[in-house]
Amino acid sequence: MSSTAEIVAQCQALYEDLDFTAARAWKAAKPGRKVVGFLPVYVPLEIIHAAGCLPLGIFGGGDSLEVIHGDAYYQSYICRIPRSTIELGVTKRLDFVDGMLFPFVCDVIRNLSGIWKMMFPNVWTKFFDTPQNFDATIGGSYYMKELDELREGLEKLVGHKVTDDDLRRSITLYNENRRLVREVYAFRAAKPWQAPTSEVYLLMRAGLMMDVAEHNQMLKDYMAAADKEDRPKRDNVRVAIYGSFCEQPPLNLIKSIEMAGCYVVEDDYALINRFLMSDVPTEGNPIEGLAMTYIKASVETSCKYVPKEEDKGMYHVQRVRETGAEGVIYATPSFCDPALLDRPMICHRLTEANIPYIAFKYAENSGQMQPIREQAGTFADSIKLWS
Amino acid sequence: MSDVVKEKSMLMQKEMIARNYEAITSKHETGRKVSSTFVPGNLNELLMCFGIVNNLPEINAIQSGMRKVSGNYIQEAEKRGHSEDVCTYVKADIGQMSRGNIAPNGKPFPDPDVLLLSYTGCYTFMKWFELLREEYKCPTLMLHVPYQGDGHSTKTMRDYIVKQLKEVVIPGLEQVSGVKFDIDKLREFLRNSAKAEDDLVWCLEQGKIKPSPIDAYFGGVYYIGPIFTAFRGTTDAIEYYKALKAEVAERIRLKQGPTTPDGTPFNDQKYRLVVEGPPNWTNFREFWKMFYDEGAVVVASSYTKVGGLYDQGFRHDAENPLESLADYCLGCYTNLNLPSRVDLLTKYVEEYEADGLLTNSIKSCNSFSAGQLMMMKEVERRTGKPGAFVESDLVDPRYFSAANIKNRLESYFQMIEQKRRGSGKAA
Ligand code: SF4
Ligand code: SF4
Repeated sequence: MSSTAEIVAQCQALYEDLDFTAARAWKAAKPGRKVVGFLPVYVPLEIIHAAGCLPLGIFGGGDSLEVIHGDAYYQSYICRIPRSTIELGVTKRLDFVDGMLFPFVCDVIRNLSGIWKMMFPNVWTKFFDTPQNFDATIGGSYYMKELDELREGLEKLVGHKVTDDDLRRSITLYNENRRLVREVYAFRAAKPWQAPTSEVYLLMRAGLMMDVAEHNQMLKDYMAAADKEDRPKRDNVRVAIYGSFCEQPPLNLIKSIEMAGCYVVEDDYALINRFLMSDVPTEGNPIEGLAMTYIKASVETSCKYVPKEEDKGMYHVQRVRETGAEGVIYATPSFCDPALLDRPMICHRLTEANIPYIAFKYAENSGQMQPIREQAGTFADSIKLWS
Repeated sequence: MSDVVKEKSMLMQKEMIARNYEAITSKHETGRKVSSTFVPGNLNELLMCFGIVNNLPEINAIQSGMRKVSGNYIQEAEKRGHSEDVCTYVKADIGQMSRGNIAPNGKPFPDPDVLLLSYTGCYTFMKWFELLREEYKCPTLMLHVPYQGDGHSTKTMRDYIVKQLKEVVIPGLEQVSGVKFDIDKLREFLRNSAKAEDDLVWCLEQGKIKPSPIDAYFGGVYYIGPIFTAFRGTTDAIEYYKALKAEVAERIRLKQGPTTPDGTPFNDQKYRLVVEGPPNWTNFREFWKMFYDEGAVVVASSYTKVGGLYDQGFRHDAENPLESLADYCLGCYTNLNLPSRVDLLTKYVEEYEADGLLTNSIKSCNSFSAGQLMMMKEVERRTGKPGAFVESDLVDPRYFSAANIKNRLESYFQMIEQKRRGSGKAA
């Protein structure tokens, strides 16, 4: 059995490989295979998988990609992820990707879908909308049609039907993935010294670049290995991190927060694998199952409207309580409208619930970690002092 | 700076706006209900069916920008924890609220009775009203208008909007106002809308004439005022557009250009531009002057389409009232995908015989700005006409750099000259 270090090394290699060698190899292994890229925050991976495609998470270029062309497409006051994604495209790193899904998250990714259509006319490119009306008969029935359209688009791409049974099989695998993912996060919340976030993060990011069945096995292996290892427990404070659901921070930022004396016990990094909070029914109409789970049991995050004022931010408060976090770090990408417009509202709720927080901004290519380490360290100290 | 010289239509509009602010601020005396709602995809005719007065926070932000008070409001909002990175309309609104929320008529804005969140073409709208809802704790009606990601609307989208209108928006407005919905009233208002829309389109299309009798950007913001705001569907709007049409017709007869803020007709038009993006409001006159001083007239713009692409054939339709409201919301400029925007701008450059596309990129506004550089290059490529890019903000005076913009404009005009010489055409 592999050790956590071996599993994490495998994940890190995938995460760092901006040529996507593994996904290329997956595609080359059988003739006719297709790869469908997707951006944050949420697309129903089950449908892509059911079509026989590999869903490939495209989360920008991180801090190792040198952006040369991308800057010519975006003004200085726009976040990093669209420009580094363009860079990946222009430098042909995504030339094996047959389809690209741009989910609704904000106007930047929305507009990027149009740029992609113009720049890469041979790629099947789709803006994927999720409803902001959460009534089953209104938003729900609209969403079912949207999902049907997505299924039809994929059918065209692969040249065969995607049956309900195909969908049910994929839903079963993704239900298992969601369960295992929840288990890993619960394990981290219970014993954060045994499963540091800098590891868990890589484990989850890697999962968005490989076949789901393989990832399920990896999650099981990781948990078994992490449980066996005896790692020193430090006198760290327990924090939740919010605001990082789209453009991802560099790995060093996560490590810096940990080194500053924080155990991250909750976060919204690469939220897609926790976006649906319950199993999708495998009985009945699978499209309806996917749609209604989104309507009734998806997380609160900035790319969704919260219909009731009293509910706003309560998801965060509840998760802080459930995971035993002692404070919140609201860490957002610079120029990120969704996270930054939401920040005052979420922070009001945290204040009402007596949950301390700090806020700062980052970019996927932030280099200087010293200020962040100091801020997080001071925050940890102040929590220790007052708790 | 002296007062802007106003034409009859401008005075009419000023009157209309003043009356609307009076209706809003006197709600406690009159008992009328007030809604807040956004410009793109606004449902003015529907609100009128319930006697609800329409207050548009974007317009309030523009007003405060033009009166040069927005800068303080924005800083106030930033002091209260709102990020320097987000849309300044939101911060101008929130800052104004925390400073007593005084309307342009000097009276305090009353709290809205309903927030009608017509969510068309801009992500920020959703958060803006979540923020206001936190403050006002009033009913909020969300109308989700899907984005035209594939460059066209679908029956699914239209049905979804109509269903929300029937099951969320209309019952919600009935409840707020205590007035029963009457579809025949809506039809009547939509008929009024279509009449005004016909005249607006006629005016906008006169930009094709040389010299252009209109300025489709700086002048354009006045032309679109009534139709994009609280007056579409009223007989006042019909009258306004009749007057506007008569003014434009008169200028055509006299072979005159649009009237500049200093009151002179702008006849010496050297450059014809298409402009993409909203204008800056804090230095609106200064910005405009940079254009006419250099002989540049704007013959078509995308900003005058944020409240609907009437010039591409859309009309509100009394025969299909709710469906037509849905189509209207779907078709606003910022709800179009980028290839459609590029097609439209290319068409404008060609049909209006423009010298090129100028983009005013707004720091605040991702809905417009994200992708504009690529759009400009694409329009340049397709038309063979040079493009230019300037940057400013809507209502944050810190981001208006007159010297930078002036420099860029000057080099752009030189580039156009060179291009003309290169292709052997006379200026
Ligand atoms: S980082 Fe924020 S602003 Fe940028 S694309 Fe993602 S959600 Fe939009
Ligand atoms: S982001 Fe742009 S479209 Fe949206 S409210 Fe601000 S200025 Fe208007």
